[in-house]
Amino acid sequence: MENAPSDTEIIKTKNIDFYYGTFKALTDITMTFEKNKVTALIGPSGCGKSTLLRLLNRMNDLIDGARVEGEVLFEGMNIYDPEVDPVEIRRRIGMVFQKPNPFPKSIFNNITYGPRLTSTANKSALEALAEQSLKQAVLWEEAKDILGRSAMILSGGQQQRLCIARALAMKPDVLLMDEPTSALDPISTAKIEELIDELKKTYTIIIVTHNMQQAARISDKTGFFYIGKLIEYNATEKIFTNPDVKQTEDYITGRFG
Amino acid sequence: MALPLGVVAAIYLTEYAKQGKIVRAIRVGVNSLAGVPSVVFGLFGLGFFVVFMNFGSYILAGALTLGILILPTIIGASEEALKGVPQTFREASLALGVSKWLTIWKIVLPSALPGILTGSILGISRAAGETAPIMFTAATFFTAKLPQPIFDEVMALPYHVYVLATSGTHIEETRPLQFGTVLVLVALVLGVDLIAIVIRSYMGRKKRW
Ligand SMILES: Nc1ncnc2c1ncn2[C@@H]1O[C@H](COP(=O)(O)OP(=O)(O)OP(=O)(O)O)[C@@H](O)[C@H]1O
Ligand SMILES: [Mg+2]
Repeated sequence: MENAPSDTEIIKTKNIDFYYGTFKALTDITMTFEKNKVTALIGPSGCGKSTLLRLLNRMNDLIDGARVEGEVLFEGMNIYDPEVDPVEIRRRIGMVFQKPNPFPKSIFNNITYGPRLTSTANKSALEALAEQSLKQAVLWEEAKDILGRSAMILSGGQQQRLCIARALAMKPDVLLMDEPTSALDPISTAKIEELIDELKKTYTIIIVTHNMQQAARISDKTGFFYIGKLIEYNATEKIFTNPDVKQTEDYITGRFG
Repeated sequence: MALPLGVVAAIYLTEYAKQGKIVRAIRVGVNSLAGVPSVVFGLFGLGFFVVFMNFGSYILAGALTLGILILPTIIGASEEALKGVPQTFREASLALGVSKWLTIWKIVLPSALPGILTGSILGISRAAGETAPIMFTAATFFTAKLPQPIFDEVMALPYHVYVLATSGTHIEETRPLQFGTVLVLVALVLGVDLIAIVIRSYMGRKKRW
């Protein structure tokens, strides 16, 4: 079978072109994301990193006039097949956004929002799930006594970890993160980086970041994008020490971008 | 009764319909309906409910006509409120694998509710002050008995004032009656508006984003 996934790959894009109306934002992207690895997407502003990320769980469906050509295979299944339900895809491929976006609900209700609407879990199961997710997101100690209070009283870093917990509560296979620490202070950022390192044991993580050190610290593989094209995709170590492409080196050393 | 209809229409317009020519045409239509003088609605109510549907001059006909009268206001208010819900809420919910319909029901509508309610209540208070629609469809100038629900003629407060103040030979003598009626009307409208304000400030306090 041509589309059969190997053990290590979980998502594979094949010759993806992406358009916002007539504007072509991505050109011929073919790349493989490996299971239980952290993959970083880097590149100058506007090169299409967020576009690619949102394309992987069909969040771009929400944009009027957006169009995808090519295939995105998730465990061997093309998620753009007309028969595939995007809602189901998003359950298995979760997403954390650049700005923390908790609902104006209690902390508990934020975390259990998804499971409550998509499963038949009862109250005690939900409570256990909330605790587990909060522990995974390293927010349990700070939040366990205020679960009933509004998520809006949390700090930005706490809110972002809450959003991670909320995504984890759906038990996805893949977690997409779009600059999850760009709105946070260094301490919160460090916490989330530690968290990502821990999470990759269970999840596959694809993260967009503008922070070179961050990409170097936390990722196993790195893809460098420039104006809608994938310029180089390699092991992170290689990208940051001895990249194959001159453009990559220029970007990483800060000579442009 | 116009409330659910108006909210459903607004949800369709803002959340589901492709933002193209047709939606814009509907929106223009709705907006111009809001500007139509109430007499026209009254005549429409008379023609449609009373004559065509054979309701007679009854409360039901009046109520339906008022419902149509405030529908544009409600749609407008609801649309504004729905648009005011941050896109990030929708994204957050959808990204969790929650369907669009549930997202609207669980996240968008509750967030928009204060706006929808205040807008609609203001619309209702407008309806309370309207004379023309009821004049044609439901009202008589004077009944001594209290109306039976739904199928009876009623006195509409503004119309009552109008008749008292302009017709009859004893205008001077009916002054206290006029003032009394006006007082009731103004109190009613004020009361409804006050409810709107209370709802907004109460719900506004809970939501900060
Ligand atoms: N909704 C949209 N409609 C039209 N064009 C868009 C839309 N979103 C993004 N674009 C365009 O697509 C290109 C890629 O945008 P994208 O957001 O993917 O870039 P990015 O690499 O994530 O940038 P940044 O690092 O600034 O977040 C940009 O030129 C942008 O202007
Ligand atoms: Mg981006």
